[in-house]
Formats: sequence, structure tokens, C-alpha cells
Amino acid sequence: MNHFANLVRKEVRELLTPATLVPILVMALIFGGMGNVIGGATEEAEKQPTIGLVNHDSGELGQLAVQVMAAQADIVYNQTGEPVAAGIAAVKAEGGAALLVIPANFSSNIMSNVSGRISIYWIMEGAGLMDSISSGAVQSMVQSVEYAISHRVIEQGDVNASFALSPLATHQTTYFKGREMAGISPGDVGAVLAQQSTVVPIIMMIIVIMAGGMVISSMGMEKENKTLETLLTLPVRRGSIVAGKIAGAALVGLVMAVIYMLGFSYYFSSFQVSGEVDLAAYGLTLTTRDYLLIGVSLFLALTAALSLCMVLGTFAKSYKSAQTLTVPISVLALIPMFLIMFRDFATLSRPLQAVLFAIPFSHPMMAMRALLFDDYGLVLAGIAYVALFALAMMALAVWIFRTDRLLTGSLRWPRRG
Amino acid sequence: MAAVDVQNLVKDYRTVRAVDGVSFHVEEGEIFGLIGPNGAGKTTLLRIISTLLRITAGQVTVFGHDVAEEAHRVRRVISYLPEDAGAYRNLTGRSYLQFMARFFDGSGDMVERGLAIADLGERIDDKVEQYSKGMTRRLLVARALMVEPRLAILDEPTSGLDVINAREIRDIVKKTVRQGTTVLLSSHNMLEVEHLCQRIALINEGVIVESGSPPALKEKYGVETIEDVFTEVVQ
Repeated sequence: MNHFANLVRKEVRELLTPATLVPILVMALIFGGMGNVIGGATEEAEKQPTIGLVNHDSGELGQLAVQVMAAQADIVYNQTGEPVAAGIAAVKAEGGAALLVIPANFSSNIMSNVSGRISIYWIMEGAGLMDSISSGAVQSMVQSVEYAISHRVIEQGDVNASFALSPLATHQTTYFKGREMAGISPGDVGAVLAQQSTVVPIIMMIIVIMAGGMVISSMGMEKENKTLETLLTLPVRRGSIVAGKIAGAALVGLVMAVIYMLGFSYYFSSFQVSGEVDLAAYGLTLTTRDYLLIGVSLFLALTAALSLCMVLGTFAKSYKSAQTLTVPISVLALIPMFLIMFRDFATLSRPLQAVLFAIPFSHPMMAMRALLFDDYGLVLAGIAYVALFALAMMALAVWIFRTDRLLTGSLRWPRRG
Repeated sequence: MAAVDVQNLVKDYRTVRAVDGVSFHVEEGEIFGLIGPNGAGKTTLLRIISTLLRITAGQVTVFGHDVAEEAHRVRRVISYLPEDAGAYRNLTGRSYLQFMARFFDGSGDMVERGLAIADLGERIDDKVEQYSKGMTRRLLVARALMVEPRLAILDEPTSGLDVINAREIRDIVKKTVRQGTTVLLSSHNMLEVEHLCQRIALINEGVIVESGSPPALKEKYGVETIEDVFTEVVQ
């Protein structure tokens, strides 16, 4: 074997270990799962939207609008004189995106150069980017209706030329998590919620990655610098060593996160636009109690993350191997951030809901949006789960510190004490 | 009361038996040496007594405290110096001693004792990462002995030191014992142990093959050095 091959073989054997392979395999599996979510959304985008229709107009243009809608959407409710509430309930039961109501004066108004007004009652299921795909399809369908009517009135030549190009007006009302929001579309709501709930996931992700990496590296350095044995024979409780390392990393991580966030706040402020939807006008505000719950959720998630990192850190043999072990933590922080960005918790499939709930970092990321809509159940369940997770991880870390694992690499149940 | 009492101690690492039914005791106020080649089981024994490793079978007590059942109490009376120990590289020598002292009474006297033992002059205020191996070892010996433990467990205390430094450390160990500390040390330097210890145990392949005072052992085997005793016993 020549020198080059000999060196390559040595490098590969050193670098390709279970500690380096497992995190990458886990990451590949997780991203594969996330790909399924996005793939599912693409299929959904290609499907016709499901809508309900109430047409009070017996005129020609009303009929034309119905024809266009029937060609581009799956109409699960089509009545002429029923009240709106019954229509909304029926469409919701069928999993539809919206109920469209064409008023009795629709055709006559347009022929009199007055905008034909279609009322759209949106049934919004989630605030993620992919949750608004069907509403986009409905918007596109309404544009087709407008195009067809323009075409028809231009052919007839009875209306003002500039009006003929834009003969429709819409009035939108969005129903989301039991609230009625008049005058705004799901896209408007989603955009504001996304902007408001981006900060917490980014803070969480940065703290987890920075502080978590520090805990793991700290264990790696203790082993590499041969200081661990001395530390473990000092008259200090194992719990104090674990808690001390976690608290130290949390403090440094928080300082770093604050520095990062200062930069991010300037970055985000550059995207602020005037005239955006004021959710407070719809009663969507956070109270002091809500902020307290978000703080508790954030603190517990950080404790859980660092405790998990401490457990992972016991596997670190050196500073170099510690760097590899930070990969799963980074991935675990990224998964909820992306999932929540694309989908609302409520609109995820059950297995993905379980995955999202099981990742402790998800909960502070979901808390702000949930609390805006008074979904205290999810937030409180998350806080309880994360507290238990943190306790379990800390207990596991303390237990590992009491075994031979830190010095010998093997993990066995201690015989006594 | 014996400072250390080891009874039928067994330690397995997966399928390897590192210590196989070892029994010995260390009297209070003496320097007891474990002698043996690399891999004989010396470090494993010292780590068990220092509460770092769990026992597979047998019992170990330190000043009457069971190392398995009362590990925290044992840690209050011992000070362990591992063979290849390091210090926190970003701390200065002085900061390192102050940091360690805070785990005990944290007094200035303790740190002063450590500074005197380390005897690093102005270099004590340099970062540990700038120290030579010998300087680091002196600092670590100082850390182990400044707390005036009831039992000092020293694994190869003069490892990495030159002749002069090694001699100074041996003198410090003797002085520490005069002040009331019991010392259990290991070494593969049989000459060093012969001159330093009141009693020794020869260990080979996880088993104590002989023990006693150096003069008595030499007389028993009719040889001039402990190295010769060891050769006689092992062969």
C-alpha cells in the first residue's frame, strides 16, 4: 500500500465513526420526512380548491361566475337562498377553503358600472405558508371570474371601458380558530403572524445551537485536557457539576443570543411596512400572563436543551468529537422552526404533530401563535412536557456522571450508591 | 482505624478483569506505595478508591466510609492526583489554585500553601497553557496537597518531572505526611517508591503478588532492590 492510500485509510477510519455517522443518518431521515410534508403541499397546490357557493343573482353575469367557478373548483355546497352561516358550516364540514356569496344585484350592478361584489368567507385552518395554498387557488379562481366577466362586458360594449377591466370587488372575512376577522384574507393574517412569531424560533434556535454546543464542547474539553478526573473527585455533588455546567453555558449562550438578536432586530426592522394588518383590532393581543407563559416555556426549553446536550456531551471524547455531537442538536432546533414556518401545528398530520410535540424546542416556538388565539391547552401541555423532559435529561446526566461511562466509555447500571 | 481498607476487590471492564480479588490496607499516617508495570491495575485501584470507578465485587473503605455507599463523604477526606491530569488552560496557575480552594474552605492560607508547593515564581501568574509539562505537574501536585487531605492519592506523582523537580516533590510528600496526611501512591519507578514508602504492595496483572516494608521484602528474597524483589516474585 502506498503512503497516500495508507494516509487516506487512516483518515477515513478516524473520521468515519458511529459518532459522526449517526447524527448524519438521523438528519437525513428527518429531512426525508420533512420532504414528504412539502411534497404533500405540492400535490395540494395542484388540486382544485374546495369551496361553497351561494348565488343570489339570477342574472347572466352571476351565472357566468358560477360556470367559471364550477370549472376551477370543487363546489361542495351550492345553494341560492340559504343563510351564510349554514353555508360556512357546510363547507367547513367538507374541509373546504371558502364560501363565496354572489349577491342578487351582482349582474345589474356591473351593467350599471358599479362593481359586482363577491363576499368571500375564508375558513382558515392554519397560519403556515403551506396552509394558505388553497386560499391562493381560490384567489386565482376569483381572478378568472373577473377576467371572464370583463371579456363578456367588453363584448357587449355596454359599460365604461376602464371599469370593464376591473368589474369585481371582494369583501373578505376570515374565520380562524373560532374568531371572525372581517376585511382581511388568510394571506394577510398568515403574513402578520409569521412576522410576529419568527423572533421566538430564531432566539430559541440560536440559544440552543450556541449554548448547547458549549455544554457539549465543555465536556469534550474536560476530557481532552484531562481535567475531568480531578473535578469528579472534588467534594462536589454530581448534580452541582451538571447544573453548574448547564447554568454557565446558558449564561454565555444568552449573552451571545442577545448580541445576535440586536443584529437581527435591525435586520427585521428593515422589512417593516406601513399599513399592515393590526391584529390587535381583532382582539389578537398577548397579555402579561401570555408573555409570562412564553418566558416559562422558553426557559424550560433551554434547560431541556442544555440537559440533553449534557447527556450528549458525555459521549464526547475530545473537543473535535464534541463538534460532531452538536449536529443533532442543531437539526432538532431547525426542524420545528421550518415545520412551524410551513404548517400550523393544527394542520400537520398526526405523526408530524407527535414529532413536533416531542421536540422540546418546538414549544416556545409555537407558544406565541397559540396564545394569540387563546390556545392555552397546547401551551400548558407543552410546558408540562418540557419540564418533565428537562428533569428526565438532568436525572440521566447525573446518573451518567455516577457511572464509569465518563472515564471508561462504557455504560452500565451502577451496582450500588 | 485504617486509612484505606480494600477487601477482595474485583473490577471488570466488559470482558477484561483489571483487578482480581485484591486486599490490602493503608495505615493512617503512612506512605503506602503500589508498584507494578504499566497495565498492572494500579490506576484502576486508585480510581476506585477515589470514587471514580464502580466496584464489580468486594469492598473499599476510606477512614471507615464505604466508597460505593458514601462516595461524597469519601471525597471530603481525599485528594486525588491522576497520572495524566491537566489543569484548565485558560486560567493562570494562581487562579487555578484559587478556583480549587473554593471547593474546600477557600481560605487564603490554602492558596498560599499551594503557591509555596508549586514554587513557580512569577510564572504562577501565567496561563497554564504556557506551562511546560513539569510546571503543570508541580501545579497539580500543589493543588492536591494544599488542601491538607486526610488521604492523598497520588498516581505517579513525579511523572514528567526532571530529577531535581522529582526530588523536590518527594520531599514535599514526606513533609505532608509529617503534617498528618496519609499518602497512597503508585509508581512504576521502584527506586522512588523504595525510598519514599514505609510499606508497599507489588501488583501484577490485577493481583497483589507481594506486600510489606521494602527492607523486609528485600531480606525475604535476599536481594538488594525492590526491582529485584518484583522480578523474583513475578518469575
